[in-house]
Amino acid sequence: MIHLSPWDLGVASILIFLLAGMSWRLKLGVERRVLVAAARSAVQLTLVGMVLKLLFAQTNLALIGLMALVMLSVAGFEVMQRQKRRYRGGWGYGIGAFSMFLSSFSVTLMALTVVIGVEPWYQPQYLIPLLGMMLGNTMNGVAIALDNLTRHAWESRGKIEARLLSGQGWETAIQDIRRDALRSGLIPIVNAMGTAGLVSLPGMMTGQILAGSPPMEAAKYQLLIMFLISGGTGLGSMAAVWLGSRRLFDDRQRLRLDRLMSGSRD
Amino acid sequence: MASLRLEAIGHLFMKPVDLEIDAGELVFLSGPSGSGKSLLLRAVADLDPHQGEAWLGSESRSGLSPPVWRRRVGLLPAESFWWAERVGEHLPGGDAETAKSKERLSDWLAQLGFDLDVLDWEVARLSTGERQRLALIRLLTQNPEALLLDEATANLDPANRDQVERLIHDYRRSATAAVLWVSHDPAQRQRLATRAYVIQDGALVSEP
Repeated sequence: MIHLSPWDLGVASILIFLLAGMSWRLKLGVERRVLVAAARSAVQLTLVGMVLKLLFAQTNLALIGLMALVMLSVAGFEVMQRQKRRYRGGWGYGIGAFSMFLSSFSVTLMALTVVIGVEPWYQPQYLIPLLGMMLGNTMNGVAIALDNLTRHAWESRGKIEARLLSGQGWETAIQDIRRDALRSGLIPIVNAMGTAGLVSLPGMMTGQILAGSPPMEAAKYQLLIMFLISGGTGLGSMAAVWLGSRRLFDDRQRLRLDRLMSGSRD
Repeated sequence: MASLRLEAIGHLFMKPVDLEIDAGELVFLSGPSGSGKSLLLRAVADLDPHQGEAWLGSESRSGLSPPVWRRRVGLLPAESFWWAERVGEHLPGGDAETAKSKERLSDWLAQLGFDLDVLDWEVARLSTGERQRLALIRLLTQNPEALLLDEATANLDPANRDQVERLIHDYRRSATAAVLWVSHDPAQRQRLATRAYVIQDGALVSEP
């Protein structure tokens, strides 16, 4: 494996400065965001690298658990941030975080114990990257699905209430919206699976190959990850959409849009 | 054959309302825009959180599941909404439908100037007036025992308005249904109602 020096990264970062310069020149107004995002990623990844180095050295379950918890909390926050209409109170955070916890943690655990068979199962070299991949992708699915659910419920109030008035139960009244929300959450990962290897090499496989793994091993790991991610995203989106749609109705099966509020996203 | 009774039904803009409408009776309700008439109907249909209880005969609303209550106490909102592509998809159908109910549906349609082929029409192509009239028929196919009508003839020309009034009159008689009708039209009140109320300063006041 060829080691990268800070100098190498510095050269690559010229591209970011170029991009920011172009944004400024063309009045796109995103130069600040580009620079901040690049700086954030540099700091975050360096920190994660250091934390992982520490974690890998000791295989301490409590520390690994703490790290997993931090990852989950950030993902939950991110899902909440991406909602145009988010749930009031703890639900705004809870629905996303709980769904991701349910799906990412269970699928990662299954992969570690049944598929890869790591000993001990919480070996951080496997657990942390796997969980990170799972969380990152389920986070996207859950965020898109929830955003779709609440946005369409908001826009279709008249239709949903017309169905309630015709004597349908809440689950029937919102089933179309629920189905669309779930579909929208699943489409990105299904598309990614469908074109994997044809359009581009997936990120993890690229990383493994660059780090010197044999291409066939990298391909097998990539396949494993894709299957896990798809399963996890599906499970997470389903949980989020079910919990989210249930929360939109009260025990008298009334549509409660007052339980939503405007989010920060445009 | 059951009366509709509201027991201290109140919401944000209205003092609690007590009102009993006998089986087969039509009660008229008017009031300025924004006085809370529609909200009162929504509260009776249990669409919004509110206080109070409603009764259909001796059965309390809280003792029935919400879908059953909403089928039996049918609300026709001022604006009709449709969730499927074609008109017929919104009506109960299939093999379970008896010949008698099909015949009744075709009678109702004819009474409002439609043929049975309206069931294949696309909802998106309907005019506002057509939607309003078909929404009434959609509601009647639920066989409601009481009707809550919110401006049921607001978008209709006089001829269509008369047809709708007649259909509601006939249904009320044949099903002995209690009807609470919200409308702004004083002439309509003269034609139809035996009893009338108006909402003044958030309270229900009997109109002579």
